[in-house]
Amino acid sequence: MAVLLDNNTRLIVQGITGREGTFHAKAAAAYHTAVVGGVTPGKGGTTHEGWPVFNTVADAAKETGANASVIFVPPPFAADAIMEAAEAGIGLVVCITEGIPVIDMLKAMTFMKDYPKTRLIGPNCPGIISPGKGKAGIIPANICKEGRIGIVSKSGTLTYEAIDQLTRQGLGQSTCIGIGGDPMIGTTHIDALDLFQKDPETDAVIMIGEIGGSAEEEAAAWIKLNFKKPIVAFIAGQTAPEGRRMGHAGAIIAGGKGTAAEKMAALTAAGVRVVKSPADMGQALVDVMKKA
Amino acid sequence: MKIHEYQAKAVLSKYGVPVPRGEVAFTPEEVHDIAKRLGGPVSVVKAQIHAGGRGKAGGVKLTKSAEEAETVARELLGKTLVTYQTGPDGQKISRLLVEEGLAIDRELYLGLVVDRSSQRIVLMVSKEGGVEIEKIAEESPEKIHKVFIHPGVGLQPFQAQQLGFALGLSGDSLKKGVKMMMALYTAFIATDASILEINPLIVTKSGDLLALDAKINFDDNAIYRHPGIRELRDTSEEDPLEVEASKFSLNYIRLDGTIGCMVNGAGLAMATMDIIKLAGGSPANFLDVGGGANAEQIRNAFKILMSDQNVKAVLINIFGGILRCDVLAAGVIAAVKELGVPVPIVIRMKGTNVEEGKQMLADSGLNFATADTMGEAADKVVALASKTAGGR
Repeated sequence: MAVLLDNNTRLIVQGITGREGTFHAKAAAAYHTAVVGGVTPGKGGTTHEGWPVFNTVADAAKETGANASVIFVPPPFAADAIMEAAEAGIGLVVCITEGIPVIDMLKAMTFMKDYPKTRLIGPNCPGIISPGKGKAGIIPANICKEGRIGIVSKSGTLTYEAIDQLTRQGLGQSTCIGIGGDPMIGTTHIDALDLFQKDPETDAVIMIGEIGGSAEEEAAAWIKLNFKKPIVAFIAGQTAPEGRRMGHAGAIIAGGKGTAAEKMAALTAAGVRVVKSPADMGQALVDVMKKA
Repeated sequence: MKIHEYQAKAVLSKYGVPVPRGEVAFTPEEVHDIAKRLGGPVSVVKAQIHAGGRGKAGGVKLTKSAEEAETVARELLGKTLVTYQTGPDGQKISRLLVEEGLAIDRELYLGLVVDRSSQRIVLMVSKEGGVEIEKIAEESPEKIHKVFIHPGVGLQPFQAQQLGFALGLSGDSLKKGVKMMMALYTAFIATDASILEINPLIVTKSGDLLALDAKINFDDNAIYRHPGIRELRDTSEEDPLEVEASKFSLNYIRLDGTIGCMVNGAGLAMATMDIIKLAGGSPANFLDVGGGANAEQIRNAFKILMSDQNVKAVLINIFGGILRCDVLAAGVIAAVKELGVPVPIVIRMKGTNVEEGKQMLADSGLNFATADTMGEAADKVVALASKTAGGR
């Protein structure tokens, strides 16, 4: 059954007429996903690549019965697009856009509290894929394999790396969730782990974190109390210097806090199998599954 | 983005935050003139570099006459200041802030930051100003008082008052403190700041409150809507290669190792640095070419990578999603042919169009080492770097 995205998903693309939006709408449609239309303000009533285009998310939801949206609009307009999707009653909103101002996201996150039924994934993330069922975002489908391992990750390409290692080991994936590398994100490691915990079709999980913030430490505390499935973790940025932002807006060690060492120690203490090398994620998962 | 103290004070004073009278100077003569104009018995000459800890490092001097200020300026200008935040190489002083001296009664701390866990902007204060706030947070967190600000309504006067009382302010000083906190929050939001610190915030003997020091960092993602702030950037305070990289929207951070890295995606780029270290090498840089890099960007990335003379070998680790491996291969081949890269290159590619990419590398007639996994790639590049270690 996978989590978040399955055979019942009806997806619209916000920013469908843009280059990225078009490319990934096609890729999703080619990969089992019911893409039912798109939104580009001012282009409502037209069709694009065979899909109906609407001016607003509310129109799109009403006409197509969409229950999920993936956002490919430029950073200055992306927080607005998130709020629009929530107000239109979309249940799953996946925001791929990178570079949204933090203050815009602060407002959007506050706005979202009035729409508890909407789950936001991202922003600044690769999205979600449930192999064999569908995808919303940019994760390449050709490296995935249907199966029973969940992945939750702050990083895009490192998610692909984990998927690839699992697939090479013959282990398929139930759902892979890229939660994003920004300081303000809609779905945290804990939220994703909770979904995997409750999913009877997920047997084990790979969790990928990175330096900055304290989300991994919070996840460790939660895992210790609540998470019952085998889990492997990798934290990127073990060699990152303090005070330098390593690409992602959230990836910065400040005042000696948010280091990889602290996060790895917290996860290890919570019973998570933590790998030092990013090359060992797949093998470690095989190992913990054998023990379980 | 970081700016200098004198620029931060100018920004803040626009929003009604009281700051000492002062002006920036680039020469000893200017320092002399400013000190004379300020006219008080004491003026303070402060080195302007993008790092804290200047006072302890000898970058802040009290002077009693315009002549003395000029003498101090001659010593400071052109000198390299090493503080606990600059790293061992230090930072060259080329600007000085000359300010009026004030009769200080108390030194307080005030900071505004975005707090991830609560998804709120936090305003925090402490009676212990003038010292490192990290140290206080570590040793006696109860001395830091915080309020969490609702993004919808902003900082409320009762919250500022709470903090004012916690700081031991009363009467007129309390009113001034509340007003100043409201102004600082307004400035934070209006300029898309990511960190705003006043350390110390002083109470003078006459009960006035002023920002004696000011630090503002801005959210890089929001700079597009603040052209005036963008102009305050002082690239001489940044690594020249990083400045060059930023022109091509490449995310480059120079480190001190010998293995140049080119990776797509921030997480994978960090993980690549980590695996190089585990294999016994050390990364020369962090470089994320991004998801949508084209051949031209790859070429520029290569140029920047190779400008670092410490680089003895290069590891290219690309997991193509949006970025196609054939595009990467074309960029790498063009760059190597044009630049004549004198060090070994290890390429590890996965994902979209990987077969085409590999074929192009093989057909290029150039000498690339390839690897299938990250582990293999790291081992290979570390071995090659140690062979070239003699120099290029």
